Amino acid sequence: MDRTTSWNDEAARAIIEAGSRAATDFLGTDRVGATSLLPILHALQEKFGYVDRAAIPTIADVLNISKAEVHGTISFYHDFRSEPAGRHVLHLCRAESCQAMGSERLAAYLDDRHKLQPGVTSFDGTLTLENVYCVGNCALSPTALLDGVPVGRLDETMLDDLIAAARGDRP
Amino acid sequence: MSPIRIFVPGDSGAVSVGADRVAREILKQALVRDLDVVIVRNGSRGMYWLEPLVEVETPAGRIAYGPVRHVDVADLFDAEFLKGGEHALRLGPTNEISCLKNQQRLTFARVGVVNPRSVEDYCANGGFSGLLRALHLTPHEIVEEIVASGLRGRGGAGFPTGVKWRTVANAPGEQKYVVCNADEGDSGTFADRMLMEGDPFVIIEGMITAGLAVGATRGLIYIRSEYPHAVAAMRAAIEKARTAGFLGANVGMHFGQKAGAFDMEVRVGAGAYICGEETSLLESLEGKRGQVRAKPPLPAISGLFGKPTVINNVLSLAAAPWILARGGKAYAEYGMGRSRGTKPLQLAGNVKRPGLYEMAFGITLRELVMEIGGGTASGRPLRAVQAGGPLGAYFPERLLDTPLDYEAMAAAGGMLGHGGVVVFDDTVDMAAQARFAFEFCAIESCGKCTPCRIGSRRGAETIDKIVRGENRDANRALVEDLCATMTDGSLCALGGLTPMPVLSALKHFGDDFQRPLQMLASAE
Repeated sequence: MDRTTSWNDEAARAIIEAGSRAATDFLGTDRVGATSLLPILHALQEKFGYVDRAAIPTIADVLNISKAEVHGTISFYHDFRSEPAGRHVLHLCRAESCQAMGSERLAAYLDDRHKLQPGVTSFDGTLTLENVYCVGNCALSPTALLDGVPVGRLDETMLDDLIAAARGDRP
Repeated sequence: MSPIRIFVPGDSGAVSVGADRVAREILKQALVRDLDVVIVRNGSRGMYWLEPLVEVETPAGRIAYGPVRHVDVADLFDAEFLKGGEHALRLGPTNEISCLKNQQRLTFARVGVVNPRSVEDYCANGGFSGLLRALHLTPHEIVEEIVASGLRGRGGAGFPTGVKWRTVANAPGEQKYVVCNADEGDSGTFADRMLMEGDPFVIIEGMITAGLAVGATRGLIYIRSEYPHAVAAMRAAIEKARTAGFLGANVGMHFGQKAGAFDMEVRVGAGAYICGEETSLLESLEGKRGQVRAKPPLPAISGLFGKPTVINNVLSLAAAPWILARGGKAYAEYGMGRSRGTKPLQLAGNVKRPGLYEMAFGITLRELVMEIGGGTASGRPLRAVQAGGPLGAYFPERLLDTPLDYEAMAAAGGMLGHGGVVVFDDTVDMAAQARFAFEFCAIESCGKCTPCRIGSRRGAETIDKIVRGENRDANRALVEDLCATMTDGSLCALGGLTPMPVLSALKHFGDDFQRPLQMLASAE
């Protein structure tokens, strides 16, 4: 399920300029500084799957801030990737409510059985496992998201199915 | 004959247990049987153990069935569920289900009832009647109505909302802003998410009202990126509210009145827990690292872009329309002591009947967890309850008679916070939970204050030493000392309150810190 396209400086610049304009149009003032930075970074990651370092000078130029400020923001937030993830991303919730229902056991299972560790992409490039701290599905713990789709009341069998689906690129 | 309306929640929780598949199967079966149905993707009623909860609109009212799996659908059609027919999954009239009937749903009155994508449905169910009244009041009168309600910040800090609005209203400035904090990051909480997905217009109405009260013309709602369904629901609702004449150059347009301008848009967070802290959130909206600001100045005086800013939690803003429509006094009639109105409590973790319960302040933890929640899901003995999110205290069984209000929780050494309650059975290792509190703080610290940035790491290491049996007494004293430093030396609640789960675990569950190492390792 490769939704993203490979990095392209020109397309990136267009996204950055459009993001900056949208914020200024809405806030109707020229004193809004770098307010469009997060929307721009999300738009870049949506399009390319990550935020290439090549975007930093362009963003700095368009928003009239320093490259250090752009880098500072990108590096602060867990969401922004500096390189593409695997074709699928599995977010496993590791927060308290899911802990109370066995998420730590599931994390150990992913490691033992599927050789998946948080923050790492599998060797075949299929799947990236990420920790997440709460997705607001605490009443149906434990929870994971596969490519943003929530799965509640998770157990080992369901994890096997999700991973098989990801590996086979089935929906 | 008009088609029969079937409600299948589009709530992301219901979706996580198969609601989309159930909806598809219903359409398929209806087609095969040549029956005229229409599916409404409503919000969740909050009774998550019954999800996917399917409701059918019959002449006798809505009849609920649940939990419905896609394989049950053909069987339900055979049992004539479209006429409310008998079936093993039939729960009876939705409004008669005792868990729902015994709540006082003010903020959540429409969630699960209306179609969250329909502004007409919202208006037909009392929506925008608070705004209509506000349009006939002066800004000062709107503020005083909120003050009279006794409403306190539902995000967790409990600051009086009316006082905040009054401060912004009185602050000089051409440009002011309304910011809605929808960065609901506490584990065990999901009320903001449910409301955004199930009744997004009430938040819009609350923000317009705040705008009128303080003279702000622009609003931003900051939603965490972990909530894509809520982002989509809010964006769709804003678009519809604008088209219907509730947002834009004249917020009174829909009612044919002349009023001020107010417009709003959604901003999406980027996975930083700290951005739920209000000043960090403002920094994030300005495109910066989400580092907390020192206060003063208060955001009410110098907030977004240095302008006077109302920044409120989703539930605080969503309470405003009810208060305006019925009066602040009517709202204050609910609750106890200095905690007025209702609180949407969220019950999660290892509990039989997890979900959202909006109740007047005053019920105890025991009533919530044991009576309403039915005890642990595993059937094992309850060991601990964490109330108020990851920065809240762990309560042992004997403290469960504490009432869930701001003051009583604080008196018991905890906090109510955003109203999340997470239940643990006797398999929990409380030393591991204390270590996790430090670890979480280390991961999510913005880095501004040293006690939080460094102390959290040293804290986790010191817990490890205690568990390993290294100088247990001295290291325990060190953790307590470190916690005092974090409490006193941190600007915001992350560093300041991480000691709460740590110290409560040490105090009430000291035995767990004496266990051998391999037990901790297996729990991690």
